Amino acid sequence: MQGRDTAGLIALILAVVAIPLVIRNDYYLGVLIFTAFNCLTCIGLCLLMGYAGQISLGHGAFVAIGAYASGILTTTLGWSPWAAMGAGIIIVSVVAAIVGVPTLRLKGHYLAMATLGFASIIHILAVATVDLTGGPSGLLNIPRISIFGHQLNSDMQYFYFSWAVVAIGLYVAFNLINSRVGRGLRALHGSEEAAASLGVNITAHKIQVFILSAVYAAISGSMYAYYVNYIDPGPFGVMHSVLLVTMVAVGGMHNIWGAFTGAVLLSLLPEFLSSATDYLQLMGIAYQPDYDILVYGAILLLIMLFLPEGVFDGLGKAVRAGRRMIRR
Amino acid sequence: MMQAKRAGHILSLENIRKVFGGVVAVDGLTVSVEKGSVTSVIGPNGAGKTTVFNLITGFLPPSAGRITYSGRVLNRLKPHHIASLGIARTFQGVRLFPQMSVLENVMVGRHLRSKTGIFSSSCLPPVLRQEENRIRQEAIDWLDFVGLKEYAEAVAGNLPFGNQRMLEIARALAIEPHLILLDEPAAGLNSRETIVMGELIEKIRQEQITVILVEHDMELVMDISDRVLVINFGRLIGDGTPETVQDDPDVIAAYLGE
Ligand SMILES: Nc1ncnc2c1ncn2[C@@H]1O[C@H](COP(=O)(O)OP(=O)(O)OP(=O)(O)O)[C@@H](O)[C@H]1O
Ligand SMILES: [Mg+2]
Repeated sequence: MQGRDTAGLIALILAVVAIPLVIRNDYYLGVLIFTAFNCLTCIGLCLLMGYAGQISLGHGAFVAIGAYASGILTTTLGWSPWAAMGAGIIIVSVVAAIVGVPTLRLKGHYLAMATLGFASIIHILAVATVDLTGGPSGLLNIPRISIFGHQLNSDMQYFYFSWAVVAIGLYVAFNLINSRVGRGLRALHGSEEAAASLGVNITAHKIQVFILSAVYAAISGSMYAYYVNYIDPGPFGVMHSVLLVTMVAVGGMHNIWGAFTGAVLLSLLPEFLSSATDYLQLMGIAYQPDYDILVYGAILLLIMLFLPEGVFDGLGKAVRAGRRMIRR
Repeated sequence: MMQAKRAGHILSLENIRKVFGGVVAVDGLTVSVEKGSVTSVIGPNGAGKTTVFNLITGFLPPSAGRITYSGRVLNRLKPHHIASLGIARTFQGVRLFPQMSVLENVMVGRHLRSKTGIFSSSCLPPVLRQEENRIRQEAIDWLDFVGLKEYAEAVAGNLPFGNQRMLEIARALAIEPHLILLDEPAAGLNSRETIVMGELIEKIRQEQITVILVEHDMELVMDISDRVLVINFGRLIGDGTPETVQDDPDVIAAYLGE
């Protein structure tokens, strides 16, 4: 890990410790817990997009598989939540290998297409296999997870738990980037030919990162299931996968902190929009939640036009420019 | 020359052909390269020189023929596999990892000489660091070899062009090859830089590394080569010491456009 990333991680941990001391409202803690799930998925997705140069439009489906593996194994087979999470990770790794191995051998963005198809299939399966998934009405009574025999019952406990997992996810990602394998990844993103000429097995690297990024999503899905204790296919449509990619792109895919920032901003955005709704109504505009998708689209478009490296990079540049102005 | 022959061949091309659609880029090339030698490949633009490099290093499959390296047939092997057998290359026009530091570029060259996998890379940092430190030190040594040590922390893409060339060679050397293919290493260099490049190639030969060089700078070619191969339209039209090739009427004709 590099010094700046370590400092960022420590700052994040301090913020996480402090937030529940300020925000006592369970609703807002809940929003921040969902934010943590998205952050986790987006850290993994960033490794794939920013470092292996591939796009997955199926990460929402990996979240779904993680969630359903946890939901099904705990409720129908009575497995412990941790064992079910482990099983979900294994299942997702195998599925990611099945999707990734044939497509990542090819040059170009076949992975994006394959994962898009895969995401729709998983969503359809979640709706159709009623005996297994409960179909449209979903699975009820998913247990809460315990740590050392202590069940996480309050939102505050779950808040700490999910953000601790995000911190671990960041730590693992930074370790990876600054390692032999991570260098191989960054190298192939710079020039696949040059990387191959130095002995980097490009296909193997891409497949490994794809699987790792899917595992991030599986863990995120599993933690979601244990938090809401109820899952149905609703949140796992293809749009969710697109939203995850948008988060990474908006924040900046070439930097883990960028993806992290994007996930935080776009997870909190619906809250701002719903509070903005009241003001808009006063102004005579009837804002509907259906318009959210337009707002997301507009944000993505503006970012791509004016901050192609993402919000995080843009902020960094603004801060540096500001410092220069002050020095003058 | 006699001495080099006794050392044996490191690379043999037998009847190599490469056809792109209708274009015959390499047309039945047969040639062997002696271990420890510096062999230059010259020829007009579009003669097929880079294509030969791409065939040897597995970036393109040959349409016909056989490529043998130290007794192994290379046809159909992937580039990363061929690199692992000890063949390094540089690219016409330089291909660095521009966002990475100079040192990191060379550290990628140590990929084959280290083995930390994705699991230990992400989860076990202390175990990793030992190997990381070793990789870093070895990469610094290779930077020193080409005279770029002081630029280690610079961003590779920001180096002046001449230094980028040197860096690309340091990175290729870091895989500890037995054979290195240099595609126009002096193109775009000024005359002082070209002299330094010639000295570097001499230094590489002293490391017992066989060098094959594609180069348009005739002074450099004639200066450092044991043997010069001339190709035109994918065919060998001249082969010998720099002196004999220089006086070959076929070669002169090819360069003057017949
Ligand atoms: N990937 C490719 N696809 C199609 N045609 C190619 C490809 N690579 C090379 N060619 C063609 O093969 C011929 C030989 O090209 P090559 O690049 O090997 O020449 P060269 O001798 O390296 O020339 P230069 O001195 O300009 O670098 C040219 O006609 C070129 O257009
Ligand atoms: Mg060429």
